[in-house]
Amino acid sequence: MRAGRFWLWGLLAASVVAGGAEAAILINGAGATFPYPLYSKWFDEFHKRNGEVQINYQSIGSGGGIRQVLDGTVDFGATDGPMTDEQLKSAPVPILHLPTALGAVVPAFNVAGVQSLHFTPEVLAGIFLGRITRWDDAALARENPQVKLPDAAIVPVHRADGSGTTYVFTDYLAKVSPEWERSVGRGTSVNWPVGLGGKGNEGVAGLVKQTPNTIGYVELIYATQNKLPFGDVRNRSGRFVQASLASVTAAAAAAAEKMPEDFRVSITDAAGAEAYPISSFTWLLVPARLRDAQKGAALKRFLEWMLSEGQQLAPPLDYAPLPPAVVTLERQALAKIQVGGA
Amino acid sequence: MTGNYRSRRRVERLMFAATGAATGVTLGVLLLLLGYVAYQGVGALSWHFFTRLPAPVGEAGGGMANAIVGSGKLLLTAAVVGIPVGFLGGVYLVEYGRGTLAFAIRYAADVLNGVPSIVIGIVAYALLVRPLGHFSTLAGGVALGLMMIPVALRATEEFLRLVPDTLREAALALGAPRWITIVRVVIPAAMRGIITGLLLSLARVAGETAPLLFTALNNRFWSPGWSEPTASLPVMIFTYAIAPYEDWHRQAWAAGLVLLALVLGANVLARIVMRSGSMRMA
Amino acid sequence: MSATVGHPTVATPAAGARWHRRRLGDIAFRSASLGFALSVLAITALIAVVLFVASGPARSAFGWRFLWTSTWDPVALHFGALPFIYGTIASTAIALALAVPFGLGAAICLAELLPARVADPLAFLIELLVAVPSVVYGLVGVFVLVPALRSVEVVIQRFLGFVPIFGGPAYGVGLLTAGVLLAVMVVPFIIAMSREVLLAVPQPQRDAALALGATRWEAVRHIILPYARSGILGSVFLALARALGETMAVTMVIGNRPEISASLFAPAYTMAAVLANEFTEATGDVYLAALVEIGLVLFAITMIINAAARLMIARVNMPSPGRA
Repeated sequence: MRAGRFWLWGLLAASVVAGGAEAAILINGAGATFPYPLYSKWFDEFHKRNGEVQINYQSIGSGGGIRQVLDGTVDFGATDGPMTDEQLKSAPVPILHLPTALGAVVPAFNVAGVQSLHFTPEVLAGIFLGRITRWDDAALARENPQVKLPDAAIVPVHRADGSGTTYVFTDYLAKVSPEWERSVGRGTSVNWPVGLGGKGNEGVAGLVKQTPNTIGYVELIYATQNKLPFGDVRNRSGRFVQASLASVTAAAAAAAEKMPEDFRVSITDAAGAEAYPISSFTWLLVPARLRDAQKGAALKRFLEWMLSEGQQLAPPLDYAPLPPAVVTLERQALAKIQVGGA
Repeated sequence: MTGNYRSRRRVERLMFAATGAATGVTLGVLLLLLGYVAYQGVGALSWHFFTRLPAPVGEAGGGMANAIVGSGKLLLTAAVVGIPVGFLGGVYLVEYGRGTLAFAIRYAADVLNGVPSIVIGIVAYALLVRPLGHFSTLAGGVALGLMMIPVALRATEEFLRLVPDTLREAALALGAPRWITIVRVVIPAAMRGIITGLLLSLARVAGETAPLLFTALNNRFWSPGWSEPTASLPVMIFTYAIAPYEDWHRQAWAAGLVLLALVLGANVLARIVMRSGSMRMA
Repeated sequence: MSATVGHPTVATPAAGARWHRRRLGDIAFRSASLGFALSVLAITALIAVVLFVASGPARSAFGWRFLWTSTWDPVALHFGALPFIYGTIASTAIALALAVPFGLGAAICLAELLPARVADPLAFLIELLVAVPSVVYGLVGVFVLVPALRSVEVVIQRFLGFVPIFGGPAYGVGLLTAGVLLAVMVVPFIIAMSREVLLAVPQPQRDAALALGATRWEAVRHIILPYARSGILGSVFLALARALGETMAVTMVIGNRPEISASLFAPAYTMAAVLANEFTEATGDVYLAALVEIGLVLFAITMIINAAARLMIARVNMPSPGRA
């Protein structure tokens, strides 16, 4: 009993010590898994430069980010599927969408002996609708004459949790396939006609990596980190484009000129010969009024840093930086965030 | 039970062989499980693991120091919530309880025991996270504490019941008030068993993940005090296991091994406490 | 001098004051323990109330249809719990179908066959399995069980693929995998409890059976097992309750697909798993309420199972050694 009591006090003391860090400013955020690699790098680098600011970001999915921001349980959220008008209306304070970077959703697959594939919009929609069920289907073979496709059933993999990556992918499918728009629609969570569900970009990548004959949609960095082969997609101009910094930036080029004031814009199926068709902005959801003065000031400092130095950290991680026009517009939006006060 | 003796013996040999096989398979699976976790986890255990914070995605060399401390804090909170309620509730049921009220309390404890951990997490979210406006260690600890209550209650009840009435009667006969009898005579007599039960209840909730997802969330950094989200071993295992990074997989195994060692250690400790100084009842 | 509390013989004023202090102590202690005991009741009731109230929007939108609708569409806001109810019940049924024979067999072996010298340490080892955290089971499930079962499923399909329950592609993740994992999680529970129950069967019963010429197996089958039946069934019910609520390990190996399929190899979805996956992100009143309603259904099911288990175990009410 004495030993037990010693350990009890020891643990208590340790937790107090671990707890009583120098007046650290703790900011909690949650949301998209899509930019998680980039955000974890950003928050780490910012913490190195500003030791007292700790920004804890958890990737629970874009749907989670939206919900927790609406519930007020986190200081900021993150999403790659913008909030709907109804969601914005139901928010206790106005929420700002602040774009942070651009990313791409790629079709990653696991087929023995196959390293690259060409996908057309019709094929992608067909696979996820359950219309195209085998890898050696004529539609796939037509676009990939050099590839030996096996006679095996396709196993589509989607997100089990609410996801902005899902939003981007379904947004794209809804634009290119009237049947998809009619029967499934777009959203962070949809009623998938076929396929297995994985949790987070991590879960989908894991499932694709471990299960043969799968095809799943993941953010680019998850495919490259994992050495998952992914295909290129035919864009509106008819060219097969692979996701890359250049092709994603091309997709954003047109949108940058006509950016709406609240930054909610979709750039899937963008025009432009070099554009990668499944690209998207990703946003931070920040309340327009931050009540805690310390946290608010720290968060604003982070956002400024993100728009300047942070943008340079994006390319090595396969995220495209924001177009300069967008950065300028966003700096103006930042000024509108009110910190402190009632 | 008629029939040729030889054929009956044959049946007996067959059935007992089957049960032996069942035992062998079960034990085989157990040893496989423990061995596999040990094998995978040992490789990733290092000084870094115990002292460093998690590293950003894709970078090697991170650790789970904050998760270990976080789990400790959560269990401490859970104990503060669960033990008093379970222990004193069990005392009431044995020493004072009678009739429908006692029956209702027992049934409620059973139901609480059966409530899926995820439902407890949802309720804790609705009551402690959403109204207060943040995820917190406190909410996580309370959720785990609620899950401890039925086990603590049942253990207290069982072991208090084992104390012979003669002890109670002797104390009362000597003029002790009821409550002194309970506190100074009955409870100490049952203490070893109760401690075992409490240790086991703690061990049970140490590995729970689902309720923590909705209450304590997770934390990349140290979590000061009790009102911030905190990392914990089970949540880290879950997060790392479904990720596609090899380094994270290895860390997940290591964390699984640490958790397993803690829980098994608590069980072994409980047994030692139970066996040492077995109750010598007249 | 009769010294039952409440009627002491008060000889002096000082003794009287002492009696009042004791009375206060008694009242205080009794009230405190009563308070804590009642809080158990209050907590369980609170959980039921929170679940009921928070699921209001879904209950009024769907009514009882919720229980037999198959769609789960967060975009069109059509929700039905049937695929999850199916997944939960099917995976639990598979788990029990595997765990009960193995568990009971091992319990019999440990209680009746093996000498205590061997059986005790083995039983201790098995009871340690009870303490393994579910997330570790999930880990082993993902990395060991899924690939292993995938190979097994492929082999089975080569010979028996035409049978509906073996149909569909073999992913590795799916209903069967979840059932097997649950069985592994639940079997130590059954062994531990059943062994205790079997050991508690009075020796005279065994002796009588053997004296009448039964083989040891016949003694087990016709005398001991029936005697222990309620306790064993009770342990099975409690194992069932654990399997129903198991979340993390299941969601890692079941495929997370809300669909009812004839095949054991098909992916499925359980109530606990969908709660884990979708709860933190559900926006909108009806979506959230539908998820809470699933929690309510799960709560109701576990309430019923526990009532049944209590009745079973209560029927084998062993007198505790202390109370002569």
